[in-house]
Amino acid sequence: MWEYTDKVKDYFFNPKNSGILEDASGVGDVGALSCGDALRLMIKVDEPTQTITDAKFQTFGCGSAIASSSALTELIIGKTIDEALELTNQDIADFLGGLPPEKMHCSVMGYEALHAAVANFRGETWVDDHEEGALICKCFGIDEGMIERTIRGNDLTSIEEITNYTKAGGGCSTCAESLEAVLERVNGEMVAEGTLAPEMAFSLTSYVRPVKKGKIVNLDEKKTPLTTLQKIRLIEETIEAIRPSLQRDGGDCELIDVDGNRVMVKLTGACVGCHLSSATIEGVQAKLVEAVGMPLIVIPVTQMH
Amino acid sequence: MIPVYLDNNATTRTDPSVVEAMLPFFVEQFGNASSMHAFGAEVGTALGKARKQLQALLGAEFDHEIVYTSGGTEADNAAILSALETQTGRDEIITSAVEHPAILSLVAHLEKTRGITVHTIGVDARGRLDIEAYRKALGPKTAIVSIMWANNETGTIFPVEQLAGLAHETGALFHTDAVQAVGKIPIDLSASEIDMLSLSGHKLHGPKGIGALYVRKGVRFRPLIRGGHQERGRRAGTENAPGIIGLGRAAELALEYMSDEQTRVAALRDRLEQGLLQRIGASFVTGDPDNRLPNTANVAFEYIEGEAILLLMNRDGIAASSGSACTSGSLEPSHVLRAMNVPYTAAHGAIRFSFSRENRDADVDHVLEAMPPIIEKLREMSPFWRERDVRTDAFNPTYA
Repeated sequence: MWEYTDKVKDYFFNPKNSGILEDASGVGDVGALSCGDALRLMIKVDEPTQTITDAKFQTFGCGSAIASSSALTELIIGKTIDEALELTNQDIADFLGGLPPEKMHCSVMGYEALHAAVANFRGETWVDDHEEGALICKCFGIDEGMIERTIRGNDLTSIEEITNYTKAGGGCSTCAESLEAVLERVNGEMVAEGTLAPEMAFSLTSYVRPVKKGKIVNLDEKKTPLTTLQKIRLIEETIEAIRPSLQRDGGDCELIDVDGNRVMVKLTGACVGCHLSSATIEGVQAKLVEAVGMPLIVIPVTQMH
Repeated sequence: MIPVYLDNNATTRTDPSVVEAMLPFFVEQFGNASSMHAFGAEVGTALGKARKQLQALLGAEFDHEIVYTSGGTEADNAAILSALETQTGRDEIITSAVEHPAILSLVAHLEKTRGITVHTIGVDARGRLDIEAYRKALGPKTAIVSIMWANNETGTIFPVEQLAGLAHETGALFHTDAVQAVGKIPIDLSASEIDMLSLSGHKLHGPKGIGALYVRKGVRFRPLIRGGHQERGRRAGTENAPGIIGLGRAAELALEYMSDEQTRVAALRDRLEQGLLQRIGASFVTGDPDNRLPNTANVAFEYIEGEAILLLMNRDGIAASSGSACTSGSLEPSHVLRAMNVPYTAAHGAIRFSFSRENRDADVDHVLEAMPPIIEKLREMSPFWRERDVRTDAFNPTYA
């Protein structure tokens, strides 16, 4: 099964803004039945301010296609057209807390739909994929223009990534050689423009390239609970880090004791009797919880033992 | 919510009594059957019994016609590669367009790397093989024919006996991938012309990681895996004793439940299918209703996409699978449905429900209740769905 984030699942199970928008000012249709996903985006625009006041979608496609469509409507409602057009497919994916790599093309579909809808609103003809340069992937009707835009927009450096983002090459894969040629050219241009490190660029003559580093998850670190000593040290360090800011206000904070999840501190100086001391305690508590990674209660004490 | 598992063509639950049969062979009777001591001997005896159990399910004449493998995929690979070695002077393979990737990827690779000619025989709208094209493809260069016994997605059963007879007329070997058929329909290999047959343990409530290739006595064979005398030199490697013993018990149970599968399980499937078609418009059954596995229903829901359907079903506790592109990691919809010319409007929304003897009436009730709102919810979201445009007569199911 795909690993969808909770936000993707939520936007799929309870999609916002799905349905037909009556009296839409612009409609964008992208994708097709044969491709397995298609999106119709409908927007309502307030003419004087050029603001998108409402948006709805209809989507034929998988869970992440529906979630991406819904996310797109949430992202653009309230924005001016110019602001909306600055959105990238990555913004849609980020809004959803990320998409599996194989599903990135769903976010690209959202990006395309927005541009199609805006073109329709402006009375322009949307420059459709099929008319920008040579048709490269015949299975999914993806042309060079679309591939180049996606390579540039997402810093793609491999054929696999191009397929994940645009679907190109995901069918019969006879276009693999053409994809390689486009990727080599565009990466080369990106290097020349200074937007891509030379060693990352795709090259037909070099087979060994640095691997893009994924996030390393240290399972041990997540699972092993802190020892009492480690916990107390962390608490100490955190309080030491907070003290200077309290001292600037003429106050101070001293760690007295730690008992389970209860942290006893003594506020001194200007903090004593200050009506903001409870806020200070809360602030200290928040910092400690963040640093130690477990629930803690900070209790102010007045006497030393 | 009680989960409803209707994805038995993907894998089945290992029967608890299978696990029970296997357990002593991990920590107690752990010996290597080849060893010259009591530890090995007791395992050898148990393996012999397990082989007889599987022999009975297949109706094989001799127990040594069974070669244990790691599963169906290995058995498929072993069969085809062996035939290319033994059938000297023959370098053509005939297969169907709807085979499992275990066959299709292999023959595509052989075509590319070894210059083998592959004839891929098409199917009609119900998934039935084009027999005329098959006859024409057969010839003096055909080394082996590999046609599945039953299709995993639609359940359509192929006339393997007839196909094997035709293959033999030209001197070609006949192999069948029977992974979906074994345990679901009666098989009697002693009265068959089939030369080789692949099966997999986990499709019949046995363990994963064990399968077998049946090689008819007299058929010359070259091993895929070399390095030991096990399986009479036809598959090297220390026997997977727990797996083989589990598969034996699973085979025994499959024989016991064979009539239940043909009657009660088939009735559950039919009730689900007809109930879905009645409740949900613009849907139809794919495959050959007159000739298919008793446990499989493949229903296409038009204008919506399979992964979205499965995710909503999963939330309702129902497990099934889909030929949709999005679920597989590939981007094209099912090669089986495409070969059958199922239109794109439906191919992406085809859901396979596959039953087993463990399913009950309540499972069907739950699915029949859950599906209509799921389909309706997705159709409301689909830009292609226009209720007014759907002429009900245009979508009369091919099966009713």
